[in-house]
Amino acid sequence: MKPLALFKSELDVFLKELSRDFDIFGPKRQKKGFLDWGKIEGLSDLDLSPGVTKTSVKSFFLPQPEVLFEFSAKTGDERAFRLKEPECPDRKRVLLGVRPCDARSIFLNSMPYKEDCYFQGNIERNIVIGLFCKTHLSTCFCTWVGGSPTSTDGMDIGVYELEDSFIFLPVSQRGEELLRGLGLREISQEEEGQLEAYKSDAPEGISEGIDIAKEFSKKSLFDLYDAQFWQEVTDPCLNCGTCTFLCPTCYCFDIQDEVLRGRGRRIRYWDSCMFPLFTLHASGHNPRGEKVKRVRNRFMHKLKYFPDRFGPISCVGCGRCVRDCPVSIDIRQVIRQFLEI
Amino acid sequence: MFTINEKITVEIRKVARDLLKKGEVSAFLGYTKGTVPMVMKPFVARRQEDAERLSWNSFCVLNLANYLPLVLKSLEPPRRPNEPPPEGPLPKVGVLVTGCWSRNMVVQIKENQIERERVKIIGISSRGMVDRKKVQALVDNNEITEVIEEDHKLIVKGHGFTREINRWDVVRDNCKSCVHPDPVIYDEVIGDLSGGRQVPKRFGDIQEIEDMDIEERWQWFQEEILSCIRCYACRNACPLCYCPTCFVDDSRPQWVGKSIDKTDTALFHILRAFHCAGRCTDCGACESACPMGIRMRLFTKKLYKDCMELYGFEPGLKIDEPLPLTTFKLEDPQDYILQQGQKGEEK
Ligand code: SF4
Ligand code: SF4
Ligand code: SF4
Ligand code: SF4
Repeated sequence: MKPLALFKSELDVFLKELSRDFDIFGPKRQKKGFLDWGKIEGLSDLDLSPGVTKTSVKSFFLPQPEVLFEFSAKTGDERAFRLKEPECPDRKRVLLGVRPCDARSIFLNSMPYKEDCYFQGNIERNIVIGLFCKTHLSTCFCTWVGGSPTSTDGMDIGVYELEDSFIFLPVSQRGEELLRGLGLREISQEEEGQLEAYKSDAPEGISEGIDIAKEFSKKSLFDLYDAQFWQEVTDPCLNCGTCTFLCPTCYCFDIQDEVLRGRGRRIRYWDSCMFPLFTLHASGHNPRGEKVKRVRNRFMHKLKYFPDRFGPISCVGCGRCVRDCPVSIDIRQVIRQFLEI
Repeated sequence: MFTINEKITVEIRKVARDLLKKGEVSAFLGYTKGTVPMVMKPFVARRQEDAERLSWNSFCVLNLANYLPLVLKSLEPPRRPNEPPPEGPLPKVGVLVTGCWSRNMVVQIKENQIERERVKIIGISSRGMVDRKKVQALVDNNEITEVIEEDHKLIVKGHGFTREINRWDVVRDNCKSCVHPDPVIYDEVIGDLSGGRQVPKRFGDIQEIEDMDIEERWQWFQEEILSCIRCYACRNACPLCYCPTCFVDDSRPQWVGKSIDKTDTALFHILRAFHCAGRCTDCGACESACPMGIRMRLFTKKLYKDCMELYGFEPGLKIDEPLPLTTFKLEDPQDYILQQGQKGEEK
């Protein structure tokens, strides 16, 4: 199927059309000034400025929290503490303006979550309309880690932004189906020309021809684990959850039961390897009892354990952790340090 | 011409180098440059040559006292949990302090978190640190790629723009209302001390909130914490929060729900603030660390004001004064416990 086009001036109508069957979410300017995900009720809600949203797209796939089960906790209820599946909302969602880095994170996260029915259910429920990047921020480095500003990984539909129009590129089967029903027009010759000449100002790669996933897979895990640089990387770290919670590819969770007035739910909520309780054993022993071990785990997981197991690096280069770490711990520096080992 | 901060940087490096060289300290805690504009990185210099990487500017917004206990511990010989420390003096740490950080160290000393003898304190009078979120807002949240700092202005650059900003306009709210910029304890001083500051409406921001009616105030509070992601950067940036297991993390029992339920988040913020009452120095590290721009410092500042009004006490100013909430005086206000006529007063 060929790409289809939409004039920017028609976006309003397009959104209305889409909202008949879907709840639409996209980047929205927040009161505090930054962009973050929000419900798009009309054109004025949507803000497609360059750069990523404050929090990542993972809230739609690994919601904070995910209700796994519900149960009654009433005394005397004979069905008390019997788990039942929560009801699924039947309206599907469309996620608009998902940047290629965020979209790629969905693709990467679905590797470890391949057999997780909740995650897969969310993939089912959320249609991803990506937006290719024309300009990048100084903290973007998708090109280091296997992505690119025009990568379609994880998208159902990819969108190019031209001067006066958007070009919709179908990627998945269901993306194609959705596009068909939306009454978009064929692309004009002029647009075809613009598309051909479309250049995104991509972040520079780390260095010519280096595939860091391959490089890292050649390195000895133990050399990296025992490297000298960990202490200095760790010193300033607060062991907060900022990097892991903002990161699209940090997917660790914990599970708890919560009961309120006789109604219980079993929830799966975000956890962070930076938190001391993350690895605390029932015996009281904690294999990652010290800060340096926790910091090391975050980077080793993304740059070594994950690629050793699944192939790609578990980072999409969105730069969120780089921008918002209160003490400027920069994964790009750690990547460089890895290369030197 | 050197700027004030460049001169301070030169001095810091010199002092740190000397201390490390003489072996007077085994580590020196300061700041080095970060990789993104307007973010500084706390830095532990362990070797003489590390001293050259120390740096000082208006973006040193985290509280170095927060790092002290762990850095001190890292220098002790390893030992089992209940084993007493070895005989003889333990290695020392040099540390930079401004007014509020030094006051947090006083609190740490009083609460037995650090020992005065083990820290070599290098004082700097703070000119007020800059709030990067304010700078960001002034350039319509466009990306900033470089910030050059002069004594009284910042030159802010991004794609296709360069702006000059008056430094004081973007200084953090807590620094603007600070009356104690000079360190209260120190062994050496770099630069000039200010001799204290006068601030016309020190608690103006709190007064505004107090003046709201109850509904309005509840609304304000809920909106303020609405975007909290429970990352706990605020808690972890604070030198007062050193419990091995925080009540929000504990799961046996589970005191507070763990996800971002509104009530749970509110509970976290209210309890955190109360745990800081009579101890918080309004250093602003919590607010600066928050990725979501939440002004949780206003909660602790309200309690700061209450402590001042109820007990005439400001945290960390005197080393030999007990903390107000760990002591009892007969003349302490007790209206909230006792009913009228129970106070032993004549009716
Ligand atoms: S690296 Fe930065 S954001 Fe991550 S836990 Fe450490 S201080 Fe927090
Ligand atoms: S590690 Fe940092 S740059 Fe990489 S995906 Fe996570 S937040 Fe983005
Ligand atoms: S609560 Fe905030 S302002 Fe108060 S001492 Fe802690 S970090 Fe500083
Ligand atoms: S730092 Fe901000 S987002 Fe994180 S827990 Fe504190 S208030 Fe919430």
